[in-house]
Amino acid sequence: MPTICTTTATAIITIMATMLEYDFMRNAFAAAGVAAVVSGLVGYFLVLRGQTFAGHALGHIGFAGATGAALIGVASIWGLVGFTVAAGIGMGLLGERVSGRDVAVGVVLALALGFGLLFLHYYTAFATQVTALLFGNVLAVDRSTIATLIGLAMVTLGGLAAIMRPLIFASLQPELAEAKGVPLRFVSIAFLAIVALAVSESAQIVGILLVFALMVGPPATAQRLVTGLWSGMALSAGLALAEAWLGIAIAYHTDWPVSFCIAMLSALGYFLTRGSFLPRWKAKR
Amino acid sequence: MNVIEFDRATIEIGGRSVLVDTSLTIRQGEFVGVLGPNGAGKTTLMRAILGLLPPRAGTIRVLGDAPQRGNRDIGYLPQVRTVLPDLRVRGLDFIASSVHGERWGVPSLARADHIMIAKTLAAAGAGDLGARPLAEMSGGERQRLLLAQALLGEPRLLLLDEPLISLDYRYQESVIELVRRFARERNITVLFSAHELNQLIGALDRVLYLGNGRAALGTVEEVVTAPVLSQLYGADIDVVRADGHIFVLSRGRNVEHADHMHDDGHGHHHDHGHHA
Repeated sequence: MPTICTTTATAIITIMATMLEYDFMRNAFAAAGVAAVVSGLVGYFLVLRGQTFAGHALGHIGFAGATGAALIGVASIWGLVGFTVAAGIGMGLLGERVSGRDVAVGVVLALALGFGLLFLHYYTAFATQVTALLFGNVLAVDRSTIATLIGLAMVTLGGLAAIMRPLIFASLQPELAEAKGVPLRFVSIAFLAIVALAVSESAQIVGILLVFALMVGPPATAQRLVTGLWSGMALSAGLALAEAWLGIAIAYHTDWPVSFCIAMLSALGYFLTRGSFLPRWKAKR
Repeated sequence: MNVIEFDRATIEIGGRSVLVDTSLTIRQGEFVGVLGPNGAGKTTLMRAILGLLPPRAGTIRVLGDAPQRGNRDIGYLPQVRTVLPDLRVRGLDFIASSVHGERWGVPSLARADHIMIAKTLAAAGAGDLGARPLAEMSGGERQRLLLAQALLGEPRLLLLDEPLISLDYRYQESVIELVRRFARERNITVLFSAHELNQLIGALDRVLYLGNGRAALGTVEEVVTAPVLSQLYGADIDVVRADGHIFVLSRGRNVEHADHMHDDGHGHHHDHGHHA
């Protein structure tokens, strides 16, 4: 037994060591780590509020922003950030009722994808960039991008921390929160702006089309496993981090795309906890 | 001491008058049942007391001051309770979110707050609900939890908007009993809106009937009479008393019962699917 353990441990260390010998792998782990933690935390509230569709739409809107930015010669990440944040604020302003919001979001989503296509039409140069935008290319992340991601992460998490308390109250009990003096609309708008930033980060890793893998899968899994708010947030961030890193490791060894591996792990985690394969952890305290 | 004072107050919502030129006072420790046809403005009245809807004319005073959002002395149980069906947050975290929930920053509660929450949960018979996720509670259990939440922080005034809705009879009785006991012990003023008068009769001090922009406040004997209710409902109403029960009838049909069957007059969606 001890020999098997030692052998396995040595094997893992060797594998890690070989992977981390490469600069691009170190960068990938760092970038994915930052984006995963942000996505797991922000995504927890997205799932709690039942606004996952809005998160999805923000990714699509970001596509228009990123292609538009490339067209006018600005780094695509700033187009992504600018467009998603503007769209998040716009969505928050549009309406509070869930039904109305869904329709409004759907309309804006389609319009944004249309614009993205238009920008692409005029910007025909790099098809690979478009693929990277849509499906992510974490192995091509450089150091300056990591610095940008860390900066964005600090802004995102700072914003989330600032509004967290009224956000939880307004998400769980909007009618009571309103009576107790929570500015519902402001909280809702600020939150969508924060989601927009998180989507921009997540899109750098898994791409616009797969932001759900980091922003919805881990928090939804966490909410099935634990019922506490803090434990849920921590588990969500932890799962996102584990799935992102494990996804990169699997991709390294199989040569499958990283985004596919992360999406697969994310779905696997969710369906494992969703189904009856695992006994549910009952809260004991 | 007067807890609620309306002085020639007019309340409008969406251009429609809910109360016109109405004056009334409710004293400390009173248990007032708020009744009336659908759309009569029971919810609107509570929103005005909460400071969410300023009066069009006249004045409203709550505990001696103008109504103000976030008044800590008011415990509130809203009628529209949007609980996401998949909400797997435990009861304790759910109600703890309301304690200082309007403050900015990361949530943190002092030891005293935790003790206060535990005490209130226990007093409301909801101590076992703290650890369970909301999605797994029955309608009655969830209502008990929300009631406990409304009682947090020693409120002096309780506004309970249709707390009996979608509960079966057994739970309705226990909710009324719980509220009455709590209110008596702590001298809390209660506004309790409901569809059915009969269940509340034993608990009520006075009844506030709303309808047609008017309000009638008084004992059941004073208010629940054919002339008063006919005016409020704008229809010929008969009041039949039998065996300690009171039936409010319009052309032989039980008005309250009919209301209950078509409970969408406010345009709100209720949480109907969770009978205990």
